Amino acid sequence: MSILKRIVAPATLAVLVGSTSIVSAATEINWWHAMGGTNGERVNKIADDFNKSQSDYKVVPTFKGNYTETMTSAIAAFRAKKQPHIVQVFEVGTATMMAAKGAVYPVEQLMKDAGERFDTNDFLPAVISYYQTPKGELLSMPFNSSTPVLWYNKDAFKKAGIAKVPATWGEMKDASDKLRGAGYKCGFSFGYQSWVMAENFSAWHNIPMGTEENGFAGLNTKFSFDNAAVKKHWNNLANWTKDGTFKYGGRRGDSLPLFISQECGMWMNSSAYYGSIKSQAKFEFGQSMLPYYKDVVAKPQNSIIGGATLWVLKGQKSDDYKGVAKFMTHLSSPEVQAWWHQGTGYVPITKAAYELSKSQGFYKTSPGTDTAIKQLSLNTPTPSSRGIRFGNFVQIRDVINEEMEAIWSGEKTADVGLADAVKRGDTLLRKFEKANN
Amino acid sequence: MIENRPFLTAMAHLVLIIGVFVVAFPLWLTFVAASHDAARMSELPLPIWPGTHFFENLDVVLNDGLWGGDGSGVSYMLVNSMIMAMMIAIGKIVISLMSAFAIVYFRFPFRMGFFWMIFLTLMLPVEVRILPTFEVVANLGMLDTYWGLTVPLIASATATFMFRQVFLTVPDELLEAARIDGAGPIRFFIDILIPMSRTNIAALFVILFIYGWNQYLWPLLVTTDQDMYTIVMQIGRMLEAGESVPQWHLVMMTTLLSVLPPVAVVVFMQRLFVQGLTETEK
Amino acid sequence: MLKRVHFGPSALPYLLVLPQILVTVIFFMWPASQALYQSLLVEDPFGLSSKFVWFENFEDLFADPLYWGSFQRTFFFSFLVASLSMGSALLLAVMADRVVKGSGLYRTLLIWPYAVAPAAAGALWFFMFNPTLGILPYILQFMGYDWNHKVNGNEAMALVIFAAAWKQIAYNFLFFLAGLHSIPKSLIEAAAIDGAGPARRFVSIVFPLLSPTTFFLLVINVVYAFFETFGIVDAITSGGPANSTQILVYKVYNDGFVGLDLGGSAAQSVILMGIVIGLTVIQFKFVEKKVSYND
Repeated sequence: MSILKRIVAPATLAVLVGSTSIVSAATEINWWHAMGGTNGERVNKIADDFNKSQSDYKVVPTFKGNYTETMTSAIAAFRAKKQPHIVQVFEVGTATMMAAKGAVYPVEQLMKDAGERFDTNDFLPAVISYYQTPKGELLSMPFNSSTPVLWYNKDAFKKAGIAKVPATWGEMKDASDKLRGAGYKCGFSFGYQSWVMAENFSAWHNIPMGTEENGFAGLNTKFSFDNAAVKKHWNNLANWTKDGTFKYGGRRGDSLPLFISQECGMWMNSSAYYGSIKSQAKFEFGQSMLPYYKDVVAKPQNSIIGGATLWVLKGQKSDDYKGVAKFMTHLSSPEVQAWWHQGTGYVPITKAAYELSKSQGFYKTSPGTDTAIKQLSLNTPTPSSRGIRFGNFVQIRDVINEEMEAIWSGEKTADVGLADAVKRGDTLLRKFEKANN
Repeated sequence: MIENRPFLTAMAHLVLIIGVFVVAFPLWLTFVAASHDAARMSELPLPIWPGTHFFENLDVVLNDGLWGGDGSGVSYMLVNSMIMAMMIAIGKIVISLMSAFAIVYFRFPFRMGFFWMIFLTLMLPVEVRILPTFEVVANLGMLDTYWGLTVPLIASATATFMFRQVFLTVPDELLEAARIDGAGPIRFFIDILIPMSRTNIAALFVILFIYGWNQYLWPLLVTTDQDMYTIVMQIGRMLEAGESVPQWHLVMMTTLLSVLPPVAVVVFMQRLFVQGLTETEK
Repeated sequence: MLKRVHFGPSALPYLLVLPQILVTVIFFMWPASQALYQSLLVEDPFGLSSKFVWFENFEDLFADPLYWGSFQRTFFFSFLVASLSMGSALLLAVMADRVVKGSGLYRTLLIWPYAVAPAAAGALWFFMFNPTLGILPYILQFMGYDWNHKVNGNEAMALVIFAAAWKQIAYNFLFFLAGLHSIPKSLIEAAAIDGAGPARRFVSIVFPLLSPTTFFLLVINVVYAFFETFGIVDAITSGGPANSTQILVYKVYNDGFVGLDLGGSAAQSVILMGIVIGLTVIQFKFVEKKVSYND
């Protein structure tokens, strides 16, 4: 019965939608995004609420696969002049999008043109500094931003007799030894390794990843993350794979089951895994700031964000952009942002949303959920901790991933892998420079 | 049998049973995973015997959907896959019959040129020329249509080549007899050639149906409208969980659903399938 | 090629080939020529600025040890997929040819993986061998082996080879079985009377007579491993870890579709097209010869 209903329903629906759209004639605004799962349902709700709040515009969100697929689809569509109004692009695609001046409608400009209220001072500095031009103009609208944190298993800590959550890498090693002594197979694991162990590691220790202010100041940037601090850290990690202090479990979030199944007592990855961990973990867990090396930096600097922003593409009817601007206002309103933040573990992008969450008592009822935001705004961002802006970074991140994997498997030493990552990365930077000059 | 050696026969059965087991094991695990709930699927070790949640999961996947966030199930994707597979199979057969007929039964300038042009498309997979092909389809306004989904995939020469082989084995006397009866080329084509090739057509249909059903990257690129998604695409979408982990019981249920129709075609139309397979390549 | 008896010249044959030619020109020749042109450009992803660089993209490729690595890997991969899949298929076919009872059932149970979509096959194998969750790493652990194909490139390669070979067994099995059926029973019987045992008979009579089938399957399997394994690699390893499963067709996709290096990716497409044309000609020659045997 229900199968039949489902088969017939889309057809009937198409007829209905077809006829209603003639009547209401709301302008459609296409929004391509990469939010699967429950986050995808939240995205739909944001669009639905906006559509119900007015009748001139209808935002149509479309899931286009993972971040890479979404971005490439949008670019391919742009080349064919079938681009959506809004596309969600992950942070590593930022330089590519920024270089495409003829394709992108800067969000700050858009808001001004449409007469929507917009002030960059409303936003959290650590979030928007990643996306601003050297002149301070905001090119894309931050949407889902997160930062890596240290997740730990409270039950395991109790069992292993670990009193204090590790704050330095020395303490990480001690805690791991204790965990393994208490019968756990490994101390810690992590995901998005380039982001966590290279990009954020550098920012957290206030070391540049590349020249030209991490690429913010120009396309002629070169990588410099083969410095002593990163070298020492990767060597440590490589050694720790041998005794089980660290176990590698794959890219992105693939290693999460190691933490959930209580094989590893600690896990470093995006704060946005909050929802997944909460629904799956059968133990008490907490989150804390990333560890650092005391001999590299006296106090940690601040971490950098990951996640994605919404880019507006040129080439649509000018009336449409009014609707896009209205939707951006809706999206960044304190209510929507606070709701999004509290459900997903992404950080709120505006100060008002953060305040709202505070006053709603969210951080009291769910302790630790403000770790990400505190870590991001621990200090005023420096040129080394503001973010990174390297061209071809999608590919470069793959290169870094590959070299790191070669190190974990023992195929290369940490020194060689790091040097190769820098060398191959520089080649890609030059290629980008050539294509965009 | 040439001689009776019970030991060897028993050996043969043993090897075959092991073979069947190895070949079938992945599908068995899929079925098992599709019959448990989320809690059981995040607990180690994973089960190797079926659980009790099969129909529950089936209902969720078909009717409620999961992620992708559209809240709708995958049953309409099964319909899309079916339409796409049918259009590709029928389209290929029709245009191949026509071109094979022209190449075998007519002498005309550039005949061999046409043949080679078609033949060279034989093996180049769509993946390696995907972005330029996408641009062509987009410029023709064929995104998000069944035509855009299928027509570019019809550009392959396997079927033309097979019909050419089939027509070459048709006795010349038939054409002579038809001519004496005063039949023109079209009459000959429709009344004699096509009926003579009907088992080949059916066999080829089975192969092409599977080919069409199993497309992955192309549909992913040319559809932006969720109503156009196909079931095989959905597997990839579900594995890509973003910042969360895959819900394996539902992923495997979807995989099972995507695999069953073509497998059923192979199993139930086995004779035609075997014939189709051996003949397209001969 | 042409029928001895055929129709005279008219407009009809042109009309008949027209749809196929249109589809070929629009969706194959045109995009292929675009790829050819693009391979000579360095271009930003949006197509806003581009520079004609002659053969620089090709020079970069040939100077890139990773590209050569991918070449070698592809040959290694294809060879192993072909031999693993053909070897096990031949074994199963010989056994199925031997048994009288149940051979139809065995056939049914062995051929279905052909129908599984590469993307689905990838998901299946990915699930089974998932280092953190999969059932097989769990079993292997008991045997004292720590399976983690996300770190270990050899394991990743082995996994992709198994999955690709698994999907192709059905195909090879059917062809070998057909080949075995076509061997005259009298030949085998004569050898048996001469006292040759089953193994001897296989080596000296059956296998040589199967050699046309074997050669044909070899070409088909190589083509399959070269081009049609994209979905499997994509779902299981995405080319990793550390490039260890990045075969040529996946590299084209990855550099172009993921990395947005359109020129470099197009240059690789052009090289692949060359390989395809070469393989097609080989196959065509062989197929033509085979047809003449049949006559």
